[in-house]
Amino acid sequence: MKAIERTAVAAAFDKIAERAESHWRELWNNRPVIMVGAATCGRAAGALDVLQAFRDEVKKRNLDCPVIEVGCMGHCYAEPLVIISKPGYPPICYGYVNPVIAERLVKEFILGDNPCPEFVIGALEANDLLPSFDDFPRAQHEQKIILKNCGHIDPTEIEHYIAGGGYAALAKALAMKPEDVVEEVRRSGLRGRGGAGFPAGHKWQYCREARGRPKYIICNADEGDPGAFMDRSILESDPHSVIEGMIIAGYAIGARYGYIYVRAEYPLAVEHVRIALDQAKKLNLLGNHVLGSNFNFDISLFQGSGAFVCGEETALIASLEGKAGLPHHRPPYPTAHGLHGKPTVVNNVKTLAYVRHIISQGADWFTGIGTDESPGTVVFALAGKIVNTGLVEVPMGTTLRQIIFEVGSGIPKGKRFKAVQIGGPSGGCLPESALDLPVDFDSLQGAGAMMGSGGMVVLDEDDCMVEIARYFLEFTQRESCGKCTFCRLGTRQMLEVLTDFTQGKGTMEDIDSLERLAGDVKAGSLCGLGQTAPNPILTTLRYFRDEYEAHIELGRCPALMCLHLIAYYILPDKCERSCDACIGSCTVEAISPNKKRIKVIDQEKCVKCGTCLTACPPQYDAIVKLSPPSEVPAK
Amino acid sequence: MTTSKQTTSTGEQEQNKQETRQILNGFSRKRLSLIPILQKVQGKLGYLPREAMTEIAEYLNIPAIDVYGVVTFYNQFRLNPPGRHSIRVCLGTACHMKGGYITLDAWKRRLGINPRETTADREFDLDTVACVGCCTMAPVTVVDEKPEGKVEPTRVDGIMLAFEQEREAKDKEKSESD
Repeated sequence: MKAIERTAVAAAFDKIAERAESHWRELWNNRPVIMVGAATCGRAAGALDVLQAFRDEVKKRNLDCPVIEVGCMGHCYAEPLVIISKPGYPPICYGYVNPVIAERLVKEFILGDNPCPEFVIGALEANDLLPSFDDFPRAQHEQKIILKNCGHIDPTEIEHYIAGGGYAALAKALAMKPEDVVEEVRRSGLRGRGGAGFPAGHKWQYCREARGRPKYIICNADEGDPGAFMDRSILESDPHSVIEGMIIAGYAIGARYGYIYVRAEYPLAVEHVRIALDQAKKLNLLGNHVLGSNFNFDISLFQGSGAFVCGEETALIASLEGKAGLPHHRPPYPTAHGLHGKPTVVNNVKTLAYVRHIISQGADWFTGIGTDESPGTVVFALAGKIVNTGLVEVPMGTTLRQIIFEVGSGIPKGKRFKAVQIGGPSGGCLPESALDLPVDFDSLQGAGAMMGSGGMVVLDEDDCMVEIARYFLEFTQRESCGKCTFCRLGTRQMLEVLTDFTQGKGTMEDIDSLERLAGDVKAGSLCGLGQTAPNPILTTLRYFRDEYEAHIELGRCPALMCLHLIAYYILPDKCERSCDACIGSCTVEAISPNKKRIKVIDQEKCVKCGTCLTACPPQYDAIVKLSPPSEVPAK
Repeated sequence: MTTSKQTTSTGEQEQNKQETRQILNGFSRKRLSLIPILQKVQGKLGYLPREAMTEIAEYLNIPAIDVYGVVTFYNQFRLNPPGRHSIRVCLGTACHMKGGYITLDAWKRRLGINPRETTADREFDLDTVACVGCCTMAPVTVVDEKPEGKVEPTRVDGIMLAFEQEREAKDKEKSESD
């Protein structure tokens, strides 16, 4: 690129950045600012009502106090979350906010001087008034790179993103030669965050060198793993970081068009990406002559239609072309023969979100984080039986134990840890003995699991491992596209065997045939879906074989989870005559008092929903689960 | 996929065709447009009736079976009309482990239908969804586009009660205005 053009880019960007900064300064103009976390998880907890309550309250009192909507801060266990920044105080994060608390916060903190410590989760900066997030044990392990903006900027305002240093990496990249950009990413050792961990720089290089025009770049946001929500959060909370990464990638590989393929189940992510694309176009960060350079690039949004297999890159491309999403054989790889037969790079959301940081801070900075083979950080979505559910970002090489017990604060209700399900339907369940494994792309393979895209579901003593294997098989069986016989029929057979187990049927020989079939399905399937579908079975068989045996030989579910193998029973000597809590709670009217006013469950009517168990007052604690059901004493 | 017998009248069919044609005008005649077209038509009509699919096939100049093939491949598309309220039970890992399947049973019992079906009065339709990404609020049910967290069987009854009250209030208003 010529020198004149380079300065033109810099000048164009400086103008944009200046405006964004003045916009940002204006927002903080010596006045309080209320930020409400309103990503999907926050909304499920009622964040929109809280937002409305703040707005009403501020309007009613005629205050100079902007109320803005931000994304997900990662502390999903305490949703709805609110950050209030008031001059003279550190920014304070409040949790479990509802409209009543919102009203109080305005009255007492915005108008008065009481920061209401009873609702505080933590302050964002160290101070001598309130505990800050840095004092939390999780702060030792967390290192936020791609989640840094999430929850701290309004995702629908491009100025917020630019004021925080956004699009500076694009301006820098446009001043470099495209091959140098590829080289920088290659040197950083950035590996694809979609699960397979293929080096992104190599992928870019193959595509750059491939013949054929136009070239395409696709952002894979078809996050289908049940139990994973990292990509959703990033697209909802910081869409521009992904778009900037895509534009840089497009420049580096010489692409003309980009597509963002988002799951239709993520309506808010779709909306935020659409807004972000429009804003980027208006500022000439997209379109012809990006920032006044010779580079032309456009991005379109494409909504997936709910097929798990479309997370596989060749299936995703077929879906983009308007066909059923069936994967095809590789090679040829999409980098040579992708969308419409042209060279195409498919990158995961998180992979692209790292790009701008690598360009601005350099490959050496990135390789300094994490492990040698897997540099950088990793984002996990913590869910299941864990205290601090939510999003965490830690350097590669952090152990599972640190993530679950220190960052996630362990298992709630004093229960015992049993297993961690990692990598979704392609991954496996790892027991306590594997907890000291450092997490990176390669370490978990030996234990039979994989890192996957970042879903981590923690299981405790109440979770049945046979049932979880059955659950994942039910999922992969339903989502198998049907192209390969082993995947189509094999998953079905395995599911039937597992279903039998959870109902107390089946024999010990079935375990052997299940293992054999699992090997065949792995070997006989074309794409990752079939190749990894048996992993949940194989790992649970490896680490929790005794549970399988209890189901088959004793008809007993040790975790008291499999509905066919349990019964609810009211202990007559504990049941209180004057209490009718369970009768009122029963959703099918299966509980009635006997002559002594002791409550009895009609086992024929009972649907085993467990509501009565929750309803029974703790001082009586009269309802128990029994397995096998024959344990229930006859009348 | 259960296809309810089409009980649409010819008038309704004609209207469906008209609306499909209007939507088609905004798209290029490339195969690439197929999925966005289907999404838009379903957004407008609520489902994909046969006549809409044949219109689309003609417009794109592809066999009707290709359209049908794509529609039945993806979970998002439906072949029967939806209810006025949609109930979608999340069966992601976290929801499942926290009892999403028990919640689904409760919905099935309350509504008297199976997933992918619509109640006879066309008031509710029930479906499952792989994961809505609100795993921390498990078990989740999406009621009319709004994700509701921690929906257990008693909460199912509560949501149904709210709908009933809403309907009663509306009926009352209506009878008063009459």
